[in-house]
Amino acid sequence: MTVPATTAGPPLWDEIAVPAQEFARTVVRGTAGGPPAPGGATGPAEGGRFAGLFGSARADGSVVLRAAIARYGRLDVVTTVVPATVVGGDAGYQALTPAVPGAAWYEREIADMFGLLPEGHRRVDPLVLPRPSEAAPPRPGSPVPMLAVTPDEAYLPAHVSGEGIFTIPYGPVRSGVFESVQYLVETPGEDIPHVRARVYHKHRGLERRFQGLSALDGVLLAERVEGVASVAHALAFCQAIEAIASANGLVPPGALLTRSLHAELERIANHLDSMVRHAEAAGQAVAYARFSWHKERVLRLRARLCGHRFGRGVVVPGGVSAGPALAPADARAELAALEVDLRSDADLLMGTSSFIDRLRGTGVITAEVAAARGALGPVARASGSQEDLRNYRPYAAYGLIKVPEHRYRISGDALARQLVRLEEIWGSFQLCRLALEGLAERSADGPWAAPLVTTDGTGWGWAEAPQGELLYLVEVEAGNLKRVKPRSASFHNLSLFPEAFGGDIFTDFAFIEASFGLSIAGVAG
Amino acid sequence: MPWVTRGLRNGVLTSPYPRRPDGYGADWRGAVSVRPQVGAAAGRSAKELCPTGAIGQDAGGGVVLDRGKCILCGRCVAARPDLFGFDPSPEVASPTRAGLVVPEAEENDGALAEARADLGQRVRALRRSVHVRHVDAGSDGSEEWEIAALLNPVYDVHRLGIFFTASPRHADLLLISGAGSAGMAGPVRTTYEAMPDPRVVVAVGTDAASGGMVSPTYATRGGVGDLVPVDVWVPGSPPSPFSILHGILLAVGLIPERKGRR
Repeated sequence: MTVPATTAGPPLWDEIAVPAQEFARTVVRGTAGGPPAPGGATGPAEGGRFAGLFGSARADGSVVLRAAIARYGRLDVVTTVVPATVVGGDAGYQALTPAVPGAAWYEREIADMFGLLPEGHRRVDPLVLPRPSEAAPPRPGSPVPMLAVTPDEAYLPAHVSGEGIFTIPYGPVRSGVFESVQYLVETPGEDIPHVRARVYHKHRGLERRFQGLSALDGVLLAERVEGVASVAHALAFCQAIEAIASANGLVPPGALLTRSLHAELERIANHLDSMVRHAEAAGQAVAYARFSWHKERVLRLRARLCGHRFGRGVVVPGGVSAGPALAPADARAELAALEVDLRSDADLLMGTSSFIDRLRGTGVITAEVAAARGALGPVARASGSQEDLRNYRPYAAYGLIKVPEHRYRISGDALARQLVRLEEIWGSFQLCRLALEGLAERSADGPWAAPLVTTDGTGWGWAEAPQGELLYLVEVEAGNLKRVKPRSASFHNLSLFPEAFGGDIFTDFAFIEASFGLSIAGVAG
Repeated sequence: MPWVTRGLRNGVLTSPYPRRPDGYGADWRGAVSVRPQVGAAAGRSAKELCPTGAIGQDAGGGVVLDRGKCILCGRCVAARPDLFGFDPSPEVASPTRAGLVVPEAEENDGALAEARADLGQRVRALRRSVHVRHVDAGSDGSEEWEIAALLNPVYDVHRLGIFFTASPRHADLLLISGAGSAGMAGPVRTTYEAMPDPRVVVAVGTDAASGGMVSPTYATRGGVGDLVPVDVWVPGSPPSPFSILHGILLAVGLIPERKGRR
């Protein structure tokens, strides 16, 4: 099935249905061509990146598995049905992990959520929901009600070995105002040879909560999957709903510009949050104060534009709820003043050697690892990738306003990730300017949304969230949501987090974590 | 050295709140309020507007709204501006869960006074300075931003003697955010028990009060009220830093409650 391309709507996805025994082979073949890249003169390049494994339970007990392969200009989806007779057995489907290392966490998640085990995965430890053995899996998509379940640490493996090695459980309640997550740091004392992340504490069962909601209520929940990236989540969700209703080309241009404006402000706020955390970790008190003030200014500007500091309630299926409440010229003036202050502070901070020393060479993700594991967002773009959905699979207004050329990095350390973030902040300022210019040319009375009737079907939506590629699988049945699976970039990137600890010591931990810039809410689901 | 002058560049950025009201907030939704009603029958259809079931009716048939369930989506305000409106004031915290229901019911006054007196007794020692510990019990991540914002130069809670501490052993006040995920029930309890007496608990956000849009699910407890005894509730999705500050000041008795909430 190919969704017709439109000038402004999200581009296409192709669904390829295969029998269960062909599934793994098809996915491996689909990702064999290396990372996605723009095509040359001969046509589109065939590179593909494994972008996630999505399950949907059906009423008859079977599970539909979908593997997403991100390409330049489109998303390929390999689909198969695992019959009810093998779900729950030892070998539900052939594991992707041996050939596609990026699939490891997805297969663990699917084992937790569906009780569906891959054959050939080295170790399917619980991840988002260590279930007591008597508890049934949640099986999102299934109409069978789910009973309350309490995750139990006892179902997680404890494996520490080696002379003098001990494990420090860091979290889930950590020093500072953080989201709850536990890092198990296995260490002989000072080095960190290995880190494992435990994310189940925050598991909220959101995938089941989506079931039965209307699309309009679904947006409200999508905004709360990963609260710091509300706009990106609402965007990806709504684009999926619009694509299913074949309405992706109907969203008014003013609404597209407003969507991009809020998405870029969200990117600036998130990247600034990362800078704040770096400054705090390095003990740069003035930089901490300055950058947290700048971040506050961005949140306040968003509140003046839409009434909410996180841009919630802006994106609705079919468009946006209203145009900016602030005159475009006023918003531009405020952004310009902020950019001047920010550039000067960023120049000073990036020229402060006691700060740079903490970042350089810290938490390296090599280009090879990033490519093999399919790293996303600023983490990938600091390790040799050029991929940015705003260019690769444009959505919202990114067909109308061009993302400026960015200078990405290859060294893959915390410094490179921060330089990429700064580069993206300047790009976002430019995009905000262009969006506001476009809005100023248009009538302030709209139209802001196309009338949209939710139709049944299965669709995909995506957005380049500040953390990286965000994917939404949405199934609509009888006008309501049947299955929604958000796949946040935080989930994918957190699986790479342990790779960043080659030769780093305890005091580097805060920098590495801040430079990944993840939200645990989006990981735990 | 250049950082010294940089720190002085923009002068004092700090808000005068709570000494004087801060002008900020006029363009921001503090809470939804219920307008005085003309007829009791007006509210019957209003219930349907709310995605989280925050709108109900009191014994007399009048419309009431539970801010502890309201996620500020604004749907009711858009559909029935005759019944609902946005109240820009960030002072929305209440010492009882029932106190989050607007308009305030008269019969609550007894319970409120009792809760206030009990809290006042406990926090007498904390008025000069309070040490705060935060725990996330299944939030969406935005509450953490707003809590952390209290340390930026605009809110700068150090000026009020409020400090964040790493260990619950040093903490007087516990801020809990999130819908009460089952996996955090144990750690929240442990954190609470590690705190010395007197201790105060502030539930931050609509998720913490009721689960908001997130609950009910198999993995959440409909807020944090079942995990530990809560002294002050701060609604909002997420609450603004001013609202959180109001909740903290209310908990330690440094600010009076806002009366006559509608």
